[in-house]
Amino acid sequence: MSDPIVETKGIEVRFPLPTHFLSREKPVLHALNTVDVGIEPGETFCVVGESGCGKTTLGRAIMGLLSPSAGEIRFKGARIDTMDDATRKPIRAQMQMVFQNPYASLNPRRTVFDTLAEPVQHLMPEKSAKDVRAQVEAVLDATGCDQSWQRRLPHEFSGGQRQRIAIARALVTNPAFIVADEPISALDVSIQAQILNLMNDLQAERGLTYLFITHDLSVVEHFGTRVAVMYLGRVMELADTETLFSAPKHPYTQLLLDAIPKLEGGSFDKPRQPGELPDPVNMPPGCPFAPRCPMAEDRCRAERPALRTLPNGTQAACHFAE
Amino acid sequence: MAMLEVRDLHVAFPQGKRNEVEALRGVNLTLEKGERLGVVGESGAGKSMLAFAILNLIAEPGRVSHGEVMFHGENLLDLSERDIRGIRGNRISMIFQDPMVTLNPVLTIGTQMMETLKAHRNISDADARKLCIAKLKQVAIPSAESRLAAYPHELSGGLRQRVVIAIALLTDPEVIIADEPTTALDVTIQAEIMALILKLCRENDVALILITHDLGVVAEVTERIMIMYAGLCVEDGPTKRIIEAPSHPYSDGLLRALPQHAGRGTKLYQIPGSMPPITALPPGCAYHPRCARATAECKRTIPPLENGVACFHPLDQDEAAS
Repeated sequence: MSDPIVETKGIEVRFPLPTHFLSREKPVLHALNTVDVGIEPGETFCVVGESGCGKTTLGRAIMGLLSPSAGEIRFKGARIDTMDDATRKPIRAQMQMVFQNPYASLNPRRTVFDTLAEPVQHLMPEKSAKDVRAQVEAVLDATGCDQSWQRRLPHEFSGGQRQRIAIARALVTNPAFIVADEPISALDVSIQAQILNLMNDLQAERGLTYLFITHDLSVVEHFGTRVAVMYLGRVMELADTETLFSAPKHPYTQLLLDAIPKLEGGSFDKPRQPGELPDPVNMPPGCPFAPRCPMAEDRCRAERPALRTLPNGTQAACHFAE
Repeated sequence: MAMLEVRDLHVAFPQGKRNEVEALRGVNLTLEKGERLGVVGESGAGKSMLAFAILNLIAEPGRVSHGEVMFHGENLLDLSERDIRGIRGNRISMIFQDPMVTLNPVLTIGTQMMETLKAHRNISDADARKLCIAKLKQVAIPSAESRLAAYPHELSGGLRQRVVIAIALLTDPEVIIADEPTTALDVTIQAEIMALILKLCRENDVALILITHDLGVVAEVTERIMIMYAGLCVEDGPTKRIIEAPSHPYSDGLLRALPQHAGRGTKLYQIPGSMPPITALPPGCAYHPRCARATAECKRTIPPLENGVACFHPLDQDEAAS
């Protein structure tokens, strides 16, 4: 195992909730609870889970868009969560992000050139105007965009083309690490394959490391090196993609896998009881998945299972996983 | 005669002062009693337009410019607004994508259910209430009696969509049109809701038109598929046959672009380009600019739908299966 490019140790993110000004209670939502992940250079580390599980929060915390209330985040060994902005700036050029909705993530009043030039101008102030132009041209070629797009505005492009531009923006500073938060969910089926292939090619050419956040397990199976399954701010299972799909250890992973609609059918034949997520503000003491878990026993409701390594190398947070 | 039959349906929208563009360009559809039909396509293909047109709900400035919607031998497009209300929401019910938008946020679940029932049935308050509770139980909503007094925001997304389904079932409809009913929901909740819709349709012999972009969901739930592209049906046939051996190059492309079909780490099949907007359709087959099999004929003439496929050069069964 090589040294991780990005590492989180016990990070927690809390969001204070709005309260009445006379109220004494200060409710807090725990969006992330002691999350430890190590992302290795060149891999595609996928984070899957349902809405509210904290997958986007994790990506944002790593990027420094949110500050964790506890724990530490390291990039290539250096602690980045406590750095001041000036020290962090050159590191920001090496870590970039692609967002879900290319209709919202591109400024409608900026030309493609302006959008692509800004990260270089801001994060690499030593570059001359000529260098900036050269870098924009190079990244357009690399992402399969036409040079004539430079002077056009986002509204002139389709969703797939916009997502290419968003990927180009993330790559223009030649980063080593990219957080892609649901990069294909807003796109049509025939376009999703185009964007996934582009991301795959770019990874092969540039040795990129991806943190790929998604709710779609079929994409993970195709694309991911390792997967972390999250539920209510915690990592429930972490394994190699093949191991996770062939031998899921956590009952929640099993539930997710069973829920994928399959071309050969059979997933929806059994009626299912409505699953209720526990209130993330007043979390019960035990396992967060216990209320929906078919195997839950008294122990699960009293004692929260820690993430532990199983004989096959999978890490799972379940009392019964083996 | 089929229970529901759509014949050569055209929907047009004005463009400029004189011209019109067609969102639907002559769609045919038949639905037998208790049959489950999937309508699949990318955004802008016209699948939602078709659902709205069936219920004569095309909003100004759009209009149905040609065609018939025969329901038990009666053309729904000829009915007066008053007469169609006896069918819409009564004998043909609808379920829409986002339950937060479908339900009225300022009325309780009970009020909304009773309102629907009283609009279509001459029924006493006490009986209506009993029926509402029975339907909520049928969709497996826990503590149904007390939920009648709840407001939509007090329920989770999955429960809200269950309420919408309960409302759609109140009048014992013969057809349910479900437009992307689970797109706004998480995968496990999607599995719950689709399993529920499938069970209810089977038990009550209700026909279903399921509109979605998700081929996996269609494969799980429906018996027949209609694939739409740029306002036309390009392929129509039994679900199993189309999933296993599609005839139209577009259906084939959609299926092959799914990550499930490619080996891990291999390149996904991708359809080049994107679907043209209805304002800029190419002459001939609308798919020809993206199609590897296109010939001069495809660029001139729109292929008619014959034997379930609208293509001059359909894939033969051996090709499709590979």
